[in-house]
Amino acid sequence: MIPAPFDYVAAESTAHALDLMASLGDDAKLLAGGHSLLPMMKLRLVAPATLIDLGRLTELAGISADGGELVIGAMTRHADLAASGLVRAEAPLLAHAAAQVGDPQIRHRGTIGGSLAHADPAADLPMALLALGGSVDAQGPGGTRRIAADDFFAGFFETSLAPDELLTAVRVPRAPGAAWGYQKFVRRANDWAIVGVAAAGGRIVLANMGPVPLRASAAEQALAGGASAADAAELAAEGTEPGEDIHADGEFRRHLARVLTRRALEQRT
Amino acid sequence: MSILGTRVLRIEDPRFLTTGGVYTEDVVDDRLTGACHVFFVRSPIAHARIGGIDVSGALSAPGVIAAFTAADLADLPDIGPMMAGLTNERMRHRLLATDVVRYVGDAVAAVVTEEPYQGEDAMELVDVDYEPLPAVVDLAAAESDEVILFEEAGTNIAANFGDPATLDEHLFDDCEAVVRQTIMNQRVAPAPMEVRAGAAAWGEDGRLTAWIPNQGAQGTRSGLAGLLGLPEEQVRVITPDVGGAFGAKFGADPEHAIVAWVARQLGRPARWTETRYENLIAMTHGRAQQQTVTIGGSRDGTVQAYRLEILQDSGAYPRIGAILPFLTILMTPGPYALPRAEAVARTVVTTTTPLGAYRGAGRPEATAAIERAMDLFAAEIGMDPADVRRRNLLPPFTEPQRTAFGALYDSGDYVVALDKALAAADYAGLRKEQAGRRERGEAVQLGIGLASYVEITGMGDGEESPPEENATVEVHSDGSATILTGTSPHGQGHATAWAMLASDKLGIPVDRITLKWGDTDLIPEGGGTGGSRSLQHGGAAVQQASAELIELARARAAAALEASPADLVFDVDRSAFAVAGDPEAAVPLARLAEAERLLVRTVFSAPGATFPFGTHVAVVEVDTETGKVTLRQMVTVDDAGFVLNPLLAEGQRHGGIAQGAAQALLEEFVYDADGNPLTASFADYPFLSATEVPSFDLADMATRTSYNPIGAKGIGEAGTIGATPAVQNAVIDAVAHLGVRHIDMPTSPQRVWRALQAAAASGGPPPTASPAGGSGGSSPRASTSRSEGA
Amino acid sequence: MMRVELTVNGERRSDDVEPRLLLVHYLRETCGLRAANVGCDTTSCGACTVLLNGASVKSCTILTVQAAGGEVTTAEGLAAADGELHPVQRAFRQEHGLQCGFCTPGMVMATVGLLAENPHPTEKQVREGLEGNLCRCTGYHNIVRAVLAAAGEASAGGVSAGGASAVSGASAAAGAGSANAAGEQVRP
Repeated sequence: MIPAPFDYVAAESTAHALDLMASLGDDAKLLAGGHSLLPMMKLRLVAPATLIDLGRLTELAGISADGGELVIGAMTRHADLAASGLVRAEAPLLAHAAAQVGDPQIRHRGTIGGSLAHADPAADLPMALLALGGSVDAQGPGGTRRIAADDFFAGFFETSLAPDELLTAVRVPRAPGAAWGYQKFVRRANDWAIVGVAAAGGRIVLANMGPVPLRASAAEQALAGGASAADAAELAAEGTEPGEDIHADGEFRRHLARVLTRRALEQRT
Repeated sequence: MSILGTRVLRIEDPRFLTTGGVYTEDVVDDRLTGACHVFFVRSPIAHARIGGIDVSGALSAPGVIAAFTAADLADLPDIGPMMAGLTNERMRHRLLATDVVRYVGDAVAAVVTEEPYQGEDAMELVDVDYEPLPAVVDLAAAESDEVILFEEAGTNIAANFGDPATLDEHLFDDCEAVVRQTIMNQRVAPAPMEVRAGAAAWGEDGRLTAWIPNQGAQGTRSGLAGLLGLPEEQVRVITPDVGGAFGAKFGADPEHAIVAWVARQLGRPARWTETRYENLIAMTHGRAQQQTVTIGGSRDGTVQAYRLEILQDSGAYPRIGAILPFLTILMTPGPYALPRAEAVARTVVTTTTPLGAYRGAGRPEATAAIERAMDLFAAEIGMDPADVRRRNLLPPFTEPQRTAFGALYDSGDYVVALDKALAAADYAGLRKEQAGRRERGEAVQLGIGLASYVEITGMGDGEESPPEENATVEVHSDGSATILTGTSPHGQGHATAWAMLASDKLGIPVDRITLKWGDTDLIPEGGGTGGSRSLQHGGAAVQQASAELIELARARAAAALEASPADLVFDVDRSAFAVAGDPEAAVPLARLAEAERLLVRTVFSAPGATFPFGTHVAVVEVDTETGKVTLRQMVTVDDAGFVLNPLLAEGQRHGGIAQGAAQALLEEFVYDADGNPLTASFADYPFLSATEVPSFDLADMATRTSYNPIGAKGIGEAGTIGATPAVQNAVIDAVAHLGVRHIDMPTSPQRVWRALQAAAASGGPPPTASPAGGSGGSSPRASTSRSEGA
Repeated sequence: MMRVELTVNGERRSDDVEPRLLLVHYLRETCGLRAANVGCDTTSCGACTVLLNGASVKSCTILTVQAAGGEVTTAEGLAAADGELHPVQRAFRQEHGLQCGFCTPGMVMATVGLLAENPHPTEKQVREGLEGNLCRCTGYHNIVRAVLAAAGEASAGGVSAGGASAVSGASAAAGAGSANAAGEQVRP
């Protein structure tokens, strides 16, 4: 439960971080909140040669409004996101998702940037971002580009960030008063979702039903076509091939996806 | 007013709350200066021959002092099964695996480093060549002897208790209704918050001092000496604070012996602390007992016959778990008057973590079996499960009575316990609420589960050697006192409880009384803490020693006061002897310790084991759409006789209830078919958090026992014993109206959902009416229940 | 090795540490503050909980170097200089919220963090607020009572803060029980 030895450097600025990433390449990993990376390093599932700590980059933390979007700095901690009056008013699904991550201690350290870059298909924030149709800012040596959530989750624990890109901010549409629903099925409060569903603005997103957070497209289309929540939810698991583990096999997961989708849709008032 | 029976805050708490307990890993001691650190390389494969072990890579890693394998330990004795008379003596192994590994976690090498952080780096460099053998995880497969774990034994059968050939095939002939069900009382991990650890140092005099978290230093010393082939006098065990044990920290483990051996070998102290992964795979597991129950009786609710057939998983090496079926069988009938009952058991080895004792150790299994059987029978005949129990419980008794299985129950009033629990839970109101939800076909259904139990505490070694415990009480001239006890508290609060007992006799305030335990040089004899024995033996000994001390002091007081001993009265409130009728003519007890030490050592002998009892009522909500179970309420009656300190007794009940509920709802240590553990971290092993349980409702009932002057039985395990079946029964009760008869533990969402699917597929509710009081035809033929398991 | 400077229980420190030195081990071995315990490998159990810059964190999942320039408070730093217990420590004792004590320092620090953010939690909020702290001994019942007592209020549903009497005289109300409809005495 002790990580293998590594070198450590604290980035002093975003530019410094980018320089370090360029020079150290594959041998280095970024350290944000550390509550996805350090547990893996302690179990020796990964052993990077160098950690680049983003902890001093206060310029990357914070929440603001920018036109029709909320902009959340990548280093914003889950606890701060969950407590933000602005986010709770204008993108409450995101604040709610942040409040579901782990436990209070984990939420004091984990960051939205770290969580999205980690891209765990069972996690709360990836599902939430996809449900909100948000995007991320990815800054590289050549400048900053925007990656839509729909294009961000590339595979199992894999994003479309280039190796020399740093996720600097997350953007979600401002939608005060918009209806949303969120269902996270767990056996214990602290667990990752056995199956999760987030519904907002016509999107229905499933967590832990595949290698990436998934759009329940058939259900979305039915809904758009005027189907009831219950009827649309029947199609929630179409096209999914969820994995099996000690908590649930594929058939049970598909059943949960249907039930939780109906409940998430019914939550929207 | 006596302090006994009052809620006294724990005197040990301020230390725990400020600087924290001093657990084995925290110990700072001159004798451990310069200690090296021991790490164990463990098999990642369940069953394999060891082709070879290459430690050269590790030896060249930074800070590595040495690396040892079985070859280095060849001089040490091999290890046979526990309870050699009862178990297969040919199932032997050594401190480190020699030719074969038999479970994931079986230790194959020890690496020793200067600093703790270097250990894991070095372990990665030990190269072990494993030649895989087939894993044996399934109990039926183990019993078939197709793949044998111990060549020398020629079989996987580790023990037999009774002979299946002697079972009476006509046992149920005259029963109007018979139900048979196979039940898995699943494997769980004790998982105390403090993992195992050890520290060892050898003195110039050749004596070993070992710091080990344990449940009885004297037993640990015996175990450690045995593993090392040393006479006991050469070993001293010191017990630091212990962060929970639950039955899994008795005696000494191979690791403790290896740490001691390393210290001697290298001529410097050695320390070890396992990781949680190691704890989950290499600390002994609990339960893992497959049960087939058959229950039969008449349609008026009278049970006439009951059979319990047990197949016990021993894990790879027969330890305490292998022989626990003996206790399960002893408690087969529970609190019931059963005209005919029989039980047999067999233990088999498998390529999994060895089984040991875990809170209740064999008795929860007995209660779980018969309580499930009672509900199955009730469902079969369409009778309320409370009524079935009431009809079959033994009538109240105050004189000891022996069951057909040989247990001598001391006292009991089981029907009152049942009725108290039902009243406290408002059982009628709950059934009404349940009926309403059923009528409306709500998605979330209510389940009410019962468990009536009796359990055996303070066993000792059987009726031939009655249980006993020693205590030494000393009063000092400064007015303080010291108690030496043979018990071994690890959260139970003995420092406070034993001080209360002494204070009650001596008149010395509780916070001026110090308890010592757990150092074999100071207290060479003792039975430790387990089996819920401590208060009824250890506490009784403290009380007895205190009373004897007063009598010893009386003679000194008489001399001091120049009076006859018979004319003296001991005034507890003043902690002084006075001449009767002349309170001014007094001498404080403390003064009588000035010229000569004032102490008494006594041994309290109990007539035998005692039998606490009770009833638990569990209320659950089951979401029939997802299978998710929420525990809404637990109401319990746990009668363990006189309650010395309600604060402490309640704490034991709370903790026991939570562990019991956790087994019913959440916990299972899972292996895949290849013997790979799938729940070897707290992320995967569903250890209960505060959100999964409610606050508990404890009802009071205290029927004194005559077996000790305190009137106390044992409380430590009762909560666990009652809670598990109550919660399991509640979950099944919630969906019984939909045709579900049984769900194995843990009642995970998937298991519940699958049970509902299966019930719906086979046509829904059976012909018998629901247990909530309706009547209806019941099946006249013997019927078999389906077992629903995921 | 790297030099790291931080404040621990009000005392400024400067130490050379390996980058991989976990904060919990820095506190235990370098600072000699062993109340925080290691209870798991997966950031699950919370026995290592301390405050970092006022917020509760799991010190097993923080590198010491990440805490540079910060302020750490451990259980040892809670009691007053004269030894008087912090209200949370006092409440844990009063309500018998500890048995073996291994989870206790972490539980206490998590409680301090919880009450700093939510001074008057409901029972449900207490249980959720402590979901990162595991206990095997108490079943959480008295821990919840201790947190509510420390918050100075009783929750709505019947978990009253009825206390216990201390021998030394500092006592709260006598233990309370409630009677249900059938008149059976039930201790909450």
